[in-house]
Amino acid sequence: MSRRQIILLAVLLLAACALPLLVSDYRVFQFNLVLVYAIALMGLNVLTGYNGQISLGHGAFYAIGAYCAAILMDKAGLPYWATLPVAAFVCLVAGFLFGLPALRLEGLYLALATFALGVSLPSLLKYHHLEKWTGGVQGIVIAKPDPPFGLPINADQWLYYFTLLVTVIMFVIAWNLLRGRVGRALVAIRDNHVATEAMGVNNAIYKSLAFGVSAMYTGVAGALGAIAVQYVAPDSFGIFLSLTFLIGIVIGGLASIPGAIYGALFIQFVPNVADEISKAAPWAIFGIFLLGFVYLMPMGIAGAVRMALARLQRRAQNRQRST
Amino acid sequence: MEALLHQVLAGLATGGIYASLALALVMIYQATHLVNFAQGELAMFATYFAWTLINAGVPYWPAFFATVAFAFVLGVVIERVVIRPVENAPVLAVVVVFIALLVILNSVTGWIYSYTIKTFPSPFPTGGVFGTKLLSPHELGAIGVTLVVLVLLYLFFRFTPLGLAMRAAAQNPDSARLVGIRVGWMLALGWGLAAAIGAVAGMMVAPIVFLDPNMMGGILLYAFAAALVGGVDNPWGAVLGGFMVGVLENVLGAFVIGNELKLAVALALIIGVLVVKPSGFFGKVFVTRV
Amino acid sequence: MAALLEVSNLHAAYGLTRVLHGISFVMQEGSITTLLGANGAGKTTTLRALCQMVKTEGEIRFCGARIDRRATEDIVRLRIAHVPDGRGTFVNLTTEENLRLGAYARKDKDRAGVDADLERIYDYFPRLKERRAQQAGTLSGGEQQMLAVSRALMLRPKLMLLDEPSFGLAPLIVKELFGILRTVNAKEKVSMLVVEQNAAMALELADHAYLIETGRVVLSGSADAIRRDDNVRRSYLGY
Repeated sequence: MSRRQIILLAVLLLAACALPLLVSDYRVFQFNLVLVYAIALMGLNVLTGYNGQISLGHGAFYAIGAYCAAILMDKAGLPYWATLPVAAFVCLVAGFLFGLPALRLEGLYLALATFALGVSLPSLLKYHHLEKWTGGVQGIVIAKPDPPFGLPINADQWLYYFTLLVTVIMFVIAWNLLRGRVGRALVAIRDNHVATEAMGVNNAIYKSLAFGVSAMYTGVAGALGAIAVQYVAPDSFGIFLSLTFLIGIVIGGLASIPGAIYGALFIQFVPNVADEISKAAPWAIFGIFLLGFVYLMPMGIAGAVRMALARLQRRAQNRQRST
Repeated sequence: MEALLHQVLAGLATGGIYASLALALVMIYQATHLVNFAQGELAMFATYFAWTLINAGVPYWPAFFATVAFAFVLGVVIERVVIRPVENAPVLAVVVVFIALLVILNSVTGWIYSYTIKTFPSPFPTGGVFGTKLLSPHELGAIGVTLVVLVLLYLFFRFTPLGLAMRAAAQNPDSARLVGIRVGWMLALGWGLAAAIGAVAGMMVAPIVFLDPNMMGGILLYAFAAALVGGVDNPWGAVLGGFMVGVLENVLGAFVIGNELKLAVALALIIGVLVVKPSGFFGKVFVTRV
Repeated sequence: MAALLEVSNLHAAYGLTRVLHGISFVMQEGSITTLLGANGAGKTTTLRALCQMVKTEGEIRFCGARIDRRATEDIVRLRIAHVPDGRGTFVNLTTEENLRLGAYARKDKDRAGVDADLERIYDYFPRLKERRAQQAGTLSGGEQQMLAVSRALMLRPKLMLLDEPSFGLAPLIVKELFGILRTVNAKEKVSMLVVEQNAAMALELADHAYLIETGRVVLSGSADAIRRDDNVRRSYLGY
């Protein structure tokens, strides 16, 4: 990473830390969700952007993580931070298990299977035999954690910093994973899985692991999201949640780490603005943006930013050369 | 015993609706090798159009046929304008476009009509001579309409030159061009027909499940299951699959797993077929040359 | 009188790979012309270029009018029928459905006329009549080739393009097929451009011949003259 990039990241991190001290509590809550979505989108991006496996049902892993956190906090009295490793582990396993049969499904068929998962998820969560654990249609309410050690910040701000910490850790892990051999293998499998198989890359292991890791990220996001919102209920985890994630990574930028952040900002704040127009407006806008991006800017915001920066760099170089 | 028979027959009624939607899905798949995720929303949107006409005082059957025509045109336009640019694009781009369509249709409907549930009339008179103890008049009528649609489609594809040309274009676009068939327009026609079939299905199911922008979500899932069970490139299979899924859903829901998990049946069928026998029970196995 | 087909300086490429490097030739109405050459010489590409199934540069004139830059479906409507290599059979349709599709682009689509043409085709190819309701994919190689030729004839074409019609067929069947082609050419006034690797049989069928090597025409003349050319004898006729 160049020195310029490191400086830029440091500045961003400082800004992120300063944020809660400068804005209202509600905004802090919103930016908290941005971080949560960023982790979820990072997860989906690993699977769909880098590895080419299309998932239209990632809301399911978000829900599993969310319910893990809620059930452990509500029924087992676990502290909020302890639910994260559990959610991570459960979703890693669930993702890997789902990834195994998914190995046999290509592109469109995998999209179809995950779409079915996404659509049927709320009804599975409402199943009355599981009501004892899931709280049925009503769901589960959980308490907002207090800042530890009596720090002079309020609960919203504390949760934001906690989420920020988790986000940074998870993004660093992802960045390491993706720029090394694993990342190259994932992308190679996406672009030509026959060639990689012929070259001796174990497609099955990589693809299943991609599913597992992707589910783990989204599951951790789900847990953090549940803690922030203080509530889980089946109807918040319908197909539109999964589609929201897909929209996030397409608009943010596929196969791109900053893309997860751009996408998270988009899916969090656009509905806020659009809601003023009408309840239905956010989705219409999502849809139109989706079409626009597919036709005109398939690399997403991240791609556009990259192109703009490259153009600025070239112009700077030209100016240097001509002086 | 009578309860079982009732569930089976009711299953045939809803199965007919699944069969129609599954047929629409298979038609588009055969021609383009694409899964139309927006098929349900297209049908729903058309049904709202019918509702608008009926509410404005148009009698049922004229509104019905006007809606079918509207859906046909809409399907053609969508294929030419939205789908054509991504015909040869990578899978993810195509899926995203379909999802965008789904989302736009759903939200525009909600915008125009709001999300409150509305009732949709059935053209089949309640009570009287029609209907039996086992089936409501509408259920009987829905089966009838489904069968009529299927027969008309069969006749069209089997005996008309245009139907033959559409079949040829779907099977072998290169050879079709060599006999002068405008393959692009055949695709658009296919979409138009699929949208029209979807509209009929929507109008048949709306009286049962009530009209609301999200009404087709679960139904689309059953249609996917039906298409997969029957073999995603086999129209007959799709029809048979639709009736099978309808009966299965009703019987299992009433006697085995309860109504809540009915959608899970569709999910299990979809994943089961895809993993165990992707070509479906009646489809052909395709081997791709590497 | 303008030639039926005039090709001038035709270039064609598949993506970035150039295959034709300036092909020029002429065909008169009523003739049977053959394009000869080894594998990969560009013969199939030439036929595909005539139907605009591949990107081209250069001029193609049919009955005096330019047809390069027109869509394949429109070129077919000018009554140019292409029998592709591999036959292009609609394998899931019946024999008769395949044949009826051949008439799709005709402007005169009255049912009686098409039916009459169908009967005439069955006279030329009685074996197809036997198999009229059979799925075309189940026909033998020779029968599918006859089907492909018949489908082209259903268009009532002015010009027929045939891509390696002898491919994979027993010599006796090729003789039978070529005999029918000659008859059709004489009786129905259908001009034919035949691409062939089997030089010997092609030169017996044709009036004129062009030899193509690596995307260029290297030799042209009457079929007789070409047959007697020493180089051709040694390289392509094997004696």
